[in-house]
Amino acid sequence: MESFGFCFLMLTIAILASPALSDLVLSKVDRRIYLTSHIVRISSTMKVENAGSEKESKVLLAFPEQQAKNMAYLIATPHEGKGKGKNPVVVLPVEAANPKDMPAALTFYSVSLPKGLAEGDSFTFDVLAVFTHALRPIPEQITQADIQLVLYQDSAHYLSPYAVKVQSLSVKLPDSRIESYTKLENTKIHGSEIKYGPYENIPSFSYSPIAVHFESNLPFAVAHELVREIEISHWGNVQVTEHYKLIHGGAQSKGEFSRLDFQARPNVRGASAFRYLVANLPPRAHSVYYRDEIGNISTSHLRGDSKKTELLIEPRYPMFGGWRTAFTIGYGLPLLDFLFESDGKRFLNITFSSPMVELVIDALIVKVVLPEGSTDISVAAPFPVEQWQETKISHLDIDGRPVVVLKKTNVVPEHNQFFQVYYHFSQLSMLREPLMLISGFFFFFVACIVYMHADISISKSSASYLAKQQWEEVQAVIQQVQNIISRCLTTHDNLEASLRDLSRTGNIQACKAARKAADGLLKELSKELKPLLTFLQSSPSAAQVLPKVEELVAKERELQEKVMVKHSTVVDGYEKKLGARDIENRVALQQQKLTALRQEVDDLLEFIDEI
Amino acid sequence: MATMPASASDLLKSFKLKTKQQELLIRVSILCLVYILAFITRLFSVLRYESMIHEFDPYFNYRTTLYLTENGFYDFWNWFDYESWYPLGRIVGGTLYPGLMVTAVLIYRILRFLRFAVHIREVCVLTAPFFASNTTLVAYFFGKEIWDSGAGLVAAILIAICPGYISRSVAGSYDNEGVAIFALLFTFYVFVKAVNTGSLAWSLASAFGYFYMVSAWGGYVFIINLIPLYVLVLLITGRYSMRLYVAYNCMYILGMLLAMQIRFVGFQHVQSGEHMAVMGVFFLMQVFYFLDWVKHMLSDTKLFQAFLRITVTCAVAVGGIALGLGMVSGYISPWTGRFYSLLDPTYAKDHIPIIASVSEHQPTAWSSFMFDFHILLFLFPAGLYFCFKRLSDATIFIVMYGLTSMYFAGVMVRLILVATPAVCLISAIAVSATVKNLTVLLRSKNKVVQTGSTKGSGGSKSSSKALLDQSQPFQKNGAIALLFGAFYLLSRYATHCTWVTSEAYSSPSIVLAARGAHGNRVIFDDYREAYFWLRQNTPQDAKVMSWWDYGYQITAMGNRTVIVDNNTWNNTHIATVGRAMSSYEDEAIEIIRSLDVDYVLVVFGGVTGYSSDDINKFLWMVRIGGGVFPVIKEPDYLVNGEYRVDKGAAPKMLNCLMYKLCYYRFGEMLTEYGKPPGYDRARGVEIGNKDVKLEHLEEAFTTSNWIVRIYRVKPPNNRCPHNVETPVVTHLGDVFPNGSNIHGQSGTCNPQNLGVCLDLLGLVDVNLGNAPTKPCCSLIEGLVDLEGAVCLCTAVRANVLGIHINLSISLSLLLRNCERKVATEYICGP
Repeated sequence: MESFGFCFLMLTIAILASPALSDLVLSKVDRRIYLTSHIVRISSTMKVENAGSEKESKVLLAFPEQQAKNMAYLIATPHEGKGKGKNPVVVLPVEAANPKDMPAALTFYSVSLPKGLAEGDSFTFDVLAVFTHALRPIPEQITQADIQLVLYQDSAHYLSPYAVKVQSLSVKLPDSRIESYTKLENTKIHGSEIKYGPYENIPSFSYSPIAVHFESNLPFAVAHELVREIEISHWGNVQVTEHYKLIHGGAQSKGEFSRLDFQARPNVRGASAFRYLVANLPPRAHSVYYRDEIGNISTSHLRGDSKKTELLIEPRYPMFGGWRTAFTIGYGLPLLDFLFESDGKRFLNITFSSPMVELVIDALIVKVVLPEGSTDISVAAPFPVEQWQETKISHLDIDGRPVVVLKKTNVVPEHNQFFQVYYHFSQLSMLREPLMLISGFFFFFVACIVYMHADISISKSSASYLAKQQWEEVQAVIQQVQNIISRCLTTHDNLEASLRDLSRTGNIQACKAARKAADGLLKELSKELKPLLTFLQSSPSAAQVLPKVEELVAKERELQEKVMVKHSTVVDGYEKKLGARDIENRVALQQQKLTALRQEVDDLLEFIDEI
Repeated sequence: MATMPASASDLLKSFKLKTKQQELLIRVSILCLVYILAFITRLFSVLRYESMIHEFDPYFNYRTTLYLTENGFYDFWNWFDYESWYPLGRIVGGTLYPGLMVTAVLIYRILRFLRFAVHIREVCVLTAPFFASNTTLVAYFFGKEIWDSGAGLVAAILIAICPGYISRSVAGSYDNEGVAIFALLFTFYVFVKAVNTGSLAWSLASAFGYFYMVSAWGGYVFIINLIPLYVLVLLITGRYSMRLYVAYNCMYILGMLLAMQIRFVGFQHVQSGEHMAVMGVFFLMQVFYFLDWVKHMLSDTKLFQAFLRITVTCAVAVGGIALGLGMVSGYISPWTGRFYSLLDPTYAKDHIPIIASVSEHQPTAWSSFMFDFHILLFLFPAGLYFCFKRLSDATIFIVMYGLTSMYFAGVMVRLILVATPAVCLISAIAVSATVKNLTVLLRSKNKVVQTGSTKGSGGSKSSSKALLDQSQPFQKNGAIALLFGAFYLLSRYATHCTWVTSEAYSSPSIVLAARGAHGNRVIFDDYREAYFWLRQNTPQDAKVMSWWDYGYQITAMGNRTVIVDNNTWNNTHIATVGRAMSSYEDEAIEIIRSLDVDYVLVVFGGVTGYSSDDINKFLWMVRIGGGVFPVIKEPDYLVNGEYRVDKGAAPKMLNCLMYKLCYYRFGEMLTEYGKPPGYDRARGVEIGNKDVKLEHLEEAFTTSNWIVRIYRVKPPNNRCPHNVETPVVTHLGDVFPNGSNIHGQSGTCNPQNLGVCLDLLGLVDVNLGNAPTKPCCSLIEGLVDLEGAVCLCTAVRANVLGIHINLSISLSLLLRNCERKVATEYICGP
């Protein structure tokens, strides 16, 4: 009774309102409702005709309040005929309209036609409207074994402020299993398709409710909230991180969940659940990860080719009706594919929405994190979005990176279009962070050096401090003594070498010259040694080392003498033209002593070294 | 070609460092390498699995750290956690050692300040390896202090990879011990340094080290008892000195005052029996000092002897009386059970089952000593020998530390950790001393060789020439052989440590990994699956009952309230849960309802063969439950003292709640090819009760490998059978005919309830237009016309498959009977 009453009411309104309306007539309306996923898409082809005399350039589309609330996307395009898809898509501007004297329960949109319609002219265009949450599960609660049934309601007649001459409606269902449907005249079923119409000459504002109750086990994946963070690094990477809060939006599950049943016959005992989601990532996506608050989720598969990267993710558990999950996926993209430059400005050109297939997003927040130091930021989005700016502090940032935040509610895959963020960024700013790191390390090493060399003790007059300083001086002196001794030793070695040369060449003069040079050098060295020794003798803290040092000096002197003696003997021998054997015999004894002495000196040197 | 090496050698000479500098360079670079090695060897778990928190307790620490980062220190200090120990709750701030969390947050803040945008989880995961690296440094300095820098280096290397320490400090093992071993060794090192130098600054540092240790781990009791014991030994052996006096008094007084600032410790330093030794030794020190002074003043030795006798007797008597009075008046609490169980390994088994039930509290087997120490086990006595050969204040300390901690390591598996630094240090002394002796032997011969060619590389010919001069021809060969032997052993040690770390100690135990049939790695991530399910799909305030082992994980990962958790402070509460698990279902449901439980979680390994599940832990639940509630008797669950789950099991066992929850519907499950259904792979038997029926609980979730099973507690049955659970709400919709109100609040379609209408439908079919039946109509009443029809269609289809009725006619008749009108002809699908 009520419904008839309402139709009547509507008709009255229509009649009352019609004079105010233009004289447009819809000569043909062809509507197709796709219920093959949980996102409802209504695609209509309309032919509009101007029956009046005035020129018309706008066509009104009416949606009942219920549908308007769920409408996520609306687009109108000129009808291309059969060979469509070739030409670049021209989009007819659509805007919300609020014409006077219309029923309040209806929401209107007006489509601007490319050219005004003169009297008698007609124009054909397509309208695609996408609705979310338009399917209602009935029953609302099902058990694990039940199949999920959903109800869709609409009108068999196209609800329009204009009279419709010919119209038809087809409803495409995912499956041929139909629980129930409204049967009107001219209703036909072809497999999984229900056809209403054609109906002719329906007045404006006519409404004939239909309901279809059918089986649908498609994933009702709804993201309550999705936060996408797109971070640009000018070092060559665009990092995308997506935080999902997902729910199965179908019929609530109730009663037991039996893993046994689910494992044994997943398609029967768990038909309404979905176990995986597919995301089509852009090509060359790399470093993909999939995790949630408590760690990695190890069930995902990645396939990639040059066209796209397909990521298949399984939530931790099968998603039954009403079950929730939350997870994060992240991936890196090559910068060259998404960042471009024009007029001295850089711009990011990337898709707006989630790469998930057939996902409804209730609230989508896109954050574009630009490099630190970006200025003049502006956004170009293909549809209206809420927009504001934030800053984010990431690695090595001083005052944070500018973040552009875009928010949109009720998002469907149709929204996955490219949007642009324009900004200025100086190439030099790129070097800021590496330089910071380098200078950090530099100062660290400088600090180490300063620490090693600076005297940072608090009391400069304490006994231990003074003793330590004295000891350091002593050490330095001993170092010098060691140096001198080792130079003496090298001189000895040179002398020995000259002797060997002598035995080979017989050049006595050269040998004598070497001897002279060595003598001079050794004298100098002993002169240098003297003040050092006196210092050591005077210094109290050198008391324990002193005997060893003195012993070393004495031994070295002895060694020096022995070497000289040997040298003179050998040279003498050559001068007297003695045989090599003879000379060797003479020197043999000295040589033994020399070796022993040398050994002692080396030992002493080593000992002093260890102190 | 000939000139090149010459110029190169000149260049080298100009760069050539002095021996001292060379040594410093080598030492510092070795230390740096050891520091890095200690860190990266603990990252196996991150590479094998992921950057995650391991085990049980670390999850609590992680949760509290999160709380600390989010709410700040004061909130943390005053935190009352109502998510655990429901309905009692837990005063977290007053019942934990905050050192670990504060340290992690501090590191986190510093990193943030330095502009490293790290997550607190990463900091927590890497805290233990970081502190292990620091421990190697402390070990180096400690070794240097007690022996020489060579021993210090070896100690650093040994402790860097010692499995005994790695077991508690791999990445992700975010537990108190990870920080505490550092604090322990640091306190000891600084204290020994203070004793060696008598410096006030070092003893101050040791007091602060002690404070850090107290803030980090309950193991500080070891320090507070070892140090007085050490001092006592020094006093007895006549090594009393002013240095000792300064070091001990400063450390004790300041350390005690600082430790009182930790709420969990409070006044225990003056009130608990476990802390009395340190106070006694403190007074003894004063008596010693006093006597020293008197001795100094009195020249007469006889008089002094008499005085000594009187003073010592008086002091001991006064001390004894004070202690006795304190004990009797209850001011000084007696030793706790935990302390007793350390001294007497059999104590816990008889008196505190809850301690005995933990696997890491069991006495240590020889194999695990071998596993955790490897060659150190043999080097330890050798090191003790060297220590005794060169007794000093420092070596006495390390000997005492080594011997006492070895005893404790024998009592409890987990205390191997405390013994590890001592074992490493003492072994390092052995290694260092041996290698040094051998190389000295080798070098003394090489010198002869060097005289021949000072600069050039001593060829093999010259060395063989030198060999001929040897008086003891086999000494060098022997030394070389021994050196090679030592290096072989050390390299075996390194291999063993790496293997143990990668295979045994790097598993997070939250994620289980196994090898599949083809050698591929299979991951069982069931724990997190279940916890995440709890987190997402249960009401925010749901209470989960499980055995206490999983309490921390459920609160941290599942974010739900638990009844009991790993902080086993209330034995009665745990016993209540144990009792519920070991009772029959209808008895258990009383307990479950009284505890307000919504979900029951059990861990079950029958499908995967995971052996540490609840069935294997069940006897402990019975014991702990029976310890408080005598109605639970262990023999009821055993058959001839044998624990079984198959047909021969005790009837009480087969019907207790735990058994039912674990094996619910398991009897239908085929686990292994060629075995009957219901074959339990963890225990290798076919279960005894395959027909498990649950009355008050229903399966809510089971993970994919059945490891975790969660049951929902059903609400109690309504007294009045006519009241349906979800009553039909009467609501007449808006006027809009397409049923727009459907999406708003409206009557609920419940096809099951509409079953009443079925008879009617049959009736209608037979007798057209017969009397309308009220119950059916009252059900439809709440629904809008169209929805009523939809609902009816569902009901009809769901229930009368096979009965052919003309649905469209019946439906319209029915609706007409209920005085309902459908807008259009409505058709139930074919």
